[in-house]
Amino acid sequence: MMRPTDLTLAGALDALAAGATSSVALTEAHLAAIAELNPQLNAYITVTADAAMTAARASDARRAAGQAGPLEGIPLAIKDLFCTAGVETTAGSRILKGFVPPYESTVTAQLLRDGAVFLGKANLDEFAMGSANTTSAAGPVENPWRRTNDPGTRLVPGGSSGGSAAAVAARLALGATATDTGGSIRQPASFCGIAGIKPTYGRCSRFGIVAFASSLDQAGPVARTVEDCAILLGSMAGFDPRDATSADLPVPDFRAACAQGVKGLRIGVPAEYRLDGLAPEIAALWQQGLDWLRDQGATLVDISLPHTKYALPTYYIVAPAEASSNLARYDGVRFGARVTEPGSDLRDLYERTRAAGFGAEVRRRILIGTYVLSAGYYDAYYLKAQKVRALIRRDFEQAWERVDAIVTPATPSAAFGIDEKQDDPVTMYLNDVFTVTANLAGLPGLAVPAGLDAQGLPLGLQVIGRAFDEETVFAVGAAIERAAKFSALPGMRA
Amino acid sequence: MSFTIEGTTGPWEIVCGLEVHAQVTSQSKLFSGAGTAFGAEPNSQVSFIDAGFPGMLPRVNAECVAQAVRTGLGLKAKVNLWSRFDRKNYFYADLPQGYQISQFAHPIVGEGAVEITLSDGTTKTIGITRLHLEQDAGKSLHDQHPQKSFIDLNRSGVALMEIVSEPDLRSPEEAGVYLAKLRQILRYLGTCDGNMDEGSMRADVNVSVRKSGEAYRTRCEVKNVNSVKFVMQAVEAEARRQIELWESGGTVEQETRLFDTQRGVTRSMRSKEDAHDYRYFPDPDLPPLVLDAAWVEALKESLPELPDARRARYVAMGLSPYDAHVLTLERETAAYFEAVAAGRDAKMVANWLTGDVFAHLNKRGFGVADSPVTAPSLGALLDLIANSTINGKIAKDVLEIMFETGRGAPEIVAERGLTQVTDTSAIEAAVDQVLAASPNQLAQYRAGKVTLFGYFVGQTMKAMQSKGNPALVNEVLKQKLG
Repeated sequence: MMRPTDLTLAGALDALAAGATSSVALTEAHLAAIAELNPQLNAYITVTADAAMTAARASDARRAAGQAGPLEGIPLAIKDLFCTAGVETTAGSRILKGFVPPYESTVTAQLLRDGAVFLGKANLDEFAMGSANTTSAAGPVENPWRRTNDPGTRLVPGGSSGGSAAAVAARLALGATATDTGGSIRQPASFCGIAGIKPTYGRCSRFGIVAFASSLDQAGPVARTVEDCAILLGSMAGFDPRDATSADLPVPDFRAACAQGVKGLRIGVPAEYRLDGLAPEIAALWQQGLDWLRDQGATLVDISLPHTKYALPTYYIVAPAEASSNLARYDGVRFGARVTEPGSDLRDLYERTRAAGFGAEVRRRILIGTYVLSAGYYDAYYLKAQKVRALIRRDFEQAWERVDAIVTPATPSAAFGIDEKQDDPVTMYLNDVFTVTANLAGLPGLAVPAGLDAQGLPLGLQVIGRAFDEETVFAVGAAIERAAKFSALPGMRA
Repeated sequence: MSFTIEGTTGPWEIVCGLEVHAQVTSQSKLFSGAGTAFGAEPNSQVSFIDAGFPGMLPRVNAECVAQAVRTGLGLKAKVNLWSRFDRKNYFYADLPQGYQISQFAHPIVGEGAVEITLSDGTTKTIGITRLHLEQDAGKSLHDQHPQKSFIDLNRSGVALMEIVSEPDLRSPEEAGVYLAKLRQILRYLGTCDGNMDEGSMRADVNVSVRKSGEAYRTRCEVKNVNSVKFVMQAVEAEARRQIELWESGGTVEQETRLFDTQRGVTRSMRSKEDAHDYRYFPDPDLPPLVLDAAWVEALKESLPELPDARRARYVAMGLSPYDAHVLTLERETAAYFEAVAAGRDAKMVANWLTGDVFAHLNKRGFGVADSPVTAPSLGALLDLIANSTINGKIAKDVLEIMFETGRGAPEIVAERGLTQVTDTSAIEAAVDQVLAASPNQLAQYRAGKVTLFGYFVGQTMKAMQSKGNPALVNEVLKQKLG
């Protein structure tokens, strides 16, 4: 039999159903893998080994009693942005050090409802702000992949869901929750050679997820196959009356959609994503992906999304603006860290707490966000950005009249070194160039591994679909996955 | 003649507008399920949403929205079917989220009007600019500990309506009457309890002064004034301060001020330069508030009768405009009046209420709602007058006993034998006795001093322990005196 940590999530469910393994066995194997590799990878901030074993035993008992849920016994990593009752939730920030939520996020509550076992809390960029998982107060996460021609350089897993992606790639979990505000699911999935989907805005409840930018944040899964993502999303998604932006729509059978095929689908190829200086191997992979789809019966359609070039600057106005307000609650008054001096006043408490509690990138975004909302600048920045956002949304709406899905590269490069791109924030922000549009338009976007670059690092393609049409996105993603036969493995894995 | 304040350079006109914060009457808060009861233990009515915990999201309370719409309709205002919540960002220890959710750019209610009646009987229409929904902040307690401030978040997230008037008010009286009228309308609607001493209503008072015919001069805002009396005082005090400043060659700077109720003056709180930049922007956690026109229409249909309409109806029932005004001031009073007046002489009921009943209530510190004499009980007393069981004089005594003991009128009348005497022979006997005992007065009367008739009536009633039927006593006396 296959080693438990090498199973896909779907395979593990089959093995559990067949009695070939147990949740206890799966959980033990993953905890052992974590013990072995996490000191190197730093993918988990918190490992809840005892609670995981207790949950695994309870899961096996439920299965024995014929009460198995759709995710019964599956060990998962939970991005440390999801509040988990009784388990410290830090958002990768010093300011939430020691914060133990008394409540469970809706998404994780639904996973627990369906029988999942939580191994621990996955590392991430502080408050999900970053594209390399280098801004975490818990330290950087290492990508389990290394360059074949430069094996000594430690690489980033991408961000902000770097811990989730690295854990899944290195076999430290069968799947993980993640969140995506500008690419935080799709970029790390691509960097780590796994799949990940940011569903339509409103598909998953944001209740209990530490907010970064409320109008862009969306939870989704990362896993080693498109089908595994579909299984996880089926449990994570659904209407939640506690989130006013949650969509009151039924959850389709995402897993079934993976097998739909692409025959007759019209696949859009946006001219504006063919950036100047796009790496030839990424351009080639993109073409390869399109050819695979055409070979399976899809029609390729050249389309234009004319406002694409404004997406990144628009994103870096809207997201920091919302973040500057969302992060105001971290003031040292009610929870988390507090830094104060005897005899000092409230303002001093704020200044010391926030200066000590927030890292440089978070402070930078709070400053940018505060600036763009300020009197005299609001119209030129925030309001203008909202107008451009509407135009970006309209670009897509017009595209959907001609195509059923859009395929693009997921990232402009493969994973880079932990010490690279740290000097200039704008260089770092460019990582999101292909992914932010889906956030601004609220559309589902899936990353699927499609090949390796010349240095042996994974590269992903992105599938963007209509709002609430994740089914077509899964169908296209699974078709690419089938054709790509991506079988390369990271050097570091359990 | 319009109100002016006489300065050394001549008369000045006051220009004033109010921003009234009224707490919405609702079981739970604007964006959470936590309770709203006044006076609860500190921090006992706080959800994780109200405390601004990570990952918590607001969810608009439909009842608070309905209350705002009812209020808008009661103010004859335009209800906006599309409105939006914005965040007003500032840091304070009792503002857990670091922002207040309010409606800045797109309020739920637009322009309306309130008609006020001044003490000289004239009426005036005060424009309403807008009404918007927002959440209240918590409370900072600075007097509980020598070094620390305590925070009570019970109020955090409670729904408020901010009702903004046009700068149509021209005197302290107009400002006071407007606030009282607004309070009356909200209480009729049941959308705010109007308990100003509990902070359920408070006003920010905007004041400027000008010479007749001028454009507006710079205004100052006096924050958080919490009674009708203080609003009137604050308007006058602030106007006088500004007049003095202008007349001494100074300039009024736009600023926020506080009213010192002890000294009766306003004090500077912060200047325009220190004003916060609130960085308003649409709250991304809340989709725009879209109302169904039919739902609004249904709320309109179910609105209670408002004070103006009720007052007009009472006048039509035969009440004096003054009595109609007094009886409609409070919804409870009007309800009490109507309960007693049903099937009875409305004018007589009004006289009893505004006279003896109010006097007893005031003396004993009761309101109509908790009066020891209930509406049915008062009705039973008045019925005894109407069917001539007792006369009005006796009824006043009976009412006093009712207030003292809480017992019913028929019981008291029966027990004390207060039933009116209508037996003509008994009255004749009493009259004969009085005439026999008053030979001098009788002689004067017969000599032409007819005003002594009242004396004989009084003496007869006295002889009958006030139980004589007044009409019969008169009749018999006229007969005997020829």
